[in-house]
Amino acid sequence: MEWGWGEALKNNQMKDIKDINQKYIDLYTKNKDILHSNSSEFVNQIREKAFGAFQTLGIPTKSNEEYKYTDLSNTFSKDYTNYLNKKCENLNIESIFKCDVINLDADVFYLSKGWYQNTEKIKTYNNGVIIGSLKAVSEKYPDIFNKHYSKYADCTKDGLVALNTSLAQDGLFIYVPKNVKAEKPIQLINLLLDNNDEFSNVRNLFIIEDNAKVDIIFCNDSLTENTFLTNSVTEIFVGENAHLNYHKVQNDHNKSSNISSTFIHQSANSNVESVTISLIGGLIRNNLTVVLDGKGANNNTYGISLADKKQHMDNYSFIHHKEAHCDSAQLFKNILDDSATGAFNGKVLVDRNAQKTNALQSNKNILLANNAKMNTKPQLIIYADDVKCSHGATVGQLDESAMFYMRARGIGKKEAKMLLMYAFAFEIIGKIKVEELRNNIEDLVIRRLNGELGLCKNCSQRVIN
Amino acid sequence: MLKIKNLKASINNKEILKGINLEVKPGEVHAIMGPNGSGKSTLAAVLAGNEVFEVTEGEITYLGEDLLNLSVEKRASKGIFLGFQYPIEIPGVSMVNFMKSAVNEQRKTRGEEPLTASAFLKLMREKKEIVELEAKLTNRSVNEGFSGGEKKKNEIFQMAMLEPKLAILDETDSGLDIDALRIVANGINKLKTKDNATIVITHYQRLLDYIVPDFVHILYNGRIVKTAGKELALELEEKGYDWIKSQID
Repeated sequence: MEWGWGEALKNNQMKDIKDINQKYIDLYTKNKDILHSNSSEFVNQIREKAFGAFQTLGIPTKSNEEYKYTDLSNTFSKDYTNYLNKKCENLNIESIFKCDVINLDADVFYLSKGWYQNTEKIKTYNNGVIIGSLKAVSEKYPDIFNKHYSKYADCTKDGLVALNTSLAQDGLFIYVPKNVKAEKPIQLINLLLDNNDEFSNVRNLFIIEDNAKVDIIFCNDSLTENTFLTNSVTEIFVGENAHLNYHKVQNDHNKSSNISSTFIHQSANSNVESVTISLIGGLIRNNLTVVLDGKGANNNTYGISLADKKQHMDNYSFIHHKEAHCDSAQLFKNILDDSATGAFNGKVLVDRNAQKTNALQSNKNILLANNAKMNTKPQLIIYADDVKCSHGATVGQLDESAMFYMRARGIGKKEAKMLLMYAFAFEIIGKIKVEELRNNIEDLVIRRLNGELGLCKNCSQRVIN
Repeated sequence: MLKIKNLKASINNKEILKGINLEVKPGEVHAIMGPNGSGKSTLAAVLAGNEVFEVTEGEITYLGEDLLNLSVEKRASKGIFLGFQYPIEIPGVSMVNFMKSAVNEQRKTRGEEPLTASAFLKLMREKKEIVELEAKLTNRSVNEGFSGGEKKKNEIFQMAMLEPKLAILDETDSGLDIDALRIVANGINKLKTKDNATIVITHYQRLLDYIVPDFVHILYNGRIVKTAGKELALELEEKGYDWIKSQID
């Protein structure tokens, strides 16, 4: 089968959004047969529906209120060498790459451009846990898969989700059955290590059943300095009284665009803590949708973005309180230097019957340079009348009086600045539940704030020539 | 050790210090007293190097060097310590990290090796005793959640850690109850040697019951208007600042 599709799509600079959308519509129609031959009938039906929606929705533009601060036209109009990637069968990442988070004892799974890379296609554990290739699982375990796939990420509302659902072919699947506590954290590493410019779609599905407990770490690393655009969608179902600690680490480079949409569906009395660390990336857009769909569900969401040069980092969140007695708390922070831009666009929606809701939403930002810019828009939409909700945002510089206090103790300007920035970031880093990961992220953040490239030792070695 | 000649300083073009002259020798304790707004805290801030204030005239020589040419942190590593009237809270920076940075940055500036972790912790333990600082406070963020008294004790603890040559204590007594005042004053006395000097800035005479000054200066309207021995503080306590004002104005 032919996979050299990129060529046919090459085109001179496409600025018009219609042209950009047409490029991706053509991409699907020209390759529909290959996409369909690779997936189950169930997945293909959803593909078709998503493609129909994409034709209407297109790539979100700045006129879309929810994408007001992030211009995607540039990254989507670029010419990539590959748009639909074939799986590299002989990549064998396990032998050439090892994440060096010190002492982290995790079950590690690799993706490259969305394709599952571990030798064992589906790993089954004695306690019933199933982890493996999304594609393989959709064929082997259709009962579990079909019950959840595309149920939480609505492919008819957001053009990027529609695009992902049309084009995605693989990703990671995690299933933790009822009453099971996963022994080790599960680490997913999506690597970009090509010498070509690549557009890729990553699709993950995590199912954590009633009373189950798991820690998941999702790392995104760009290893080669090519231009990358990654559009990922992760759906997470959390059953009653289940616990999830979810960590996302974005460690890319200035030529990468990372669009990452996460949909978390929480049942009654479930608990989710999520921490997103955006260390480096030319363009990062995180979409987080949380639906609190059962009484007593609790969600805590934290994020920190460190941007400099011309980087752009945008966190969008939508927390939907559908039932009573649920708590949610969000804290997003940005440290912006040079001409970096940041955005926070958060929405909390409290339904009429979601009484006794507690919802907090906070966004705090430090601008280190005159040209750095932050846009922030915290929003609350409340239809219930017995709730406790608050929201707020601050944008400021480093505290001058604290700087003077530290310098008066002999701490040089640079070190004092570091201590303050680190303290600001630590409020988020401290929320990371997996200790080894937390220690490593602390180290990475310090190196990042010191102006050193934030890559782990192994990730900074070019593993593919 | 310190020579201030005709020092004038202003903030936002408003002149606060209008020609200060002062000499401090090793082993001496100087008390600077004066009513609100007389320029006491400004003098302390200018000595420490706070860039908010602009020095418009005069000179300061410290250990034979032009102090005004040195950055805030350089002055600190050369032995100048400012005890803050309102110590700053720094959420997220632990006392331990703060002190470790301060001690080692100063050592680095002076060309000394950094302290090892164990030597540093030993030093912390020893110095905490001087001001009876509760052990748990050093595990917290700098000054965060400290009571007024704890903040002031913490200033003297930092002074003990850094062993300055010239300590300038800006209203270290304000907001202290009588027990805390005694502890803070004892701490200051314990740190006194024949080689270092202290400038105590205060409103009230009560601190001077514990710390006996060699000289008392009265600062009024940006100038030192009267200098005498420790008996001046008592006289001032008795007669009030109106007595000074009536002599000057």
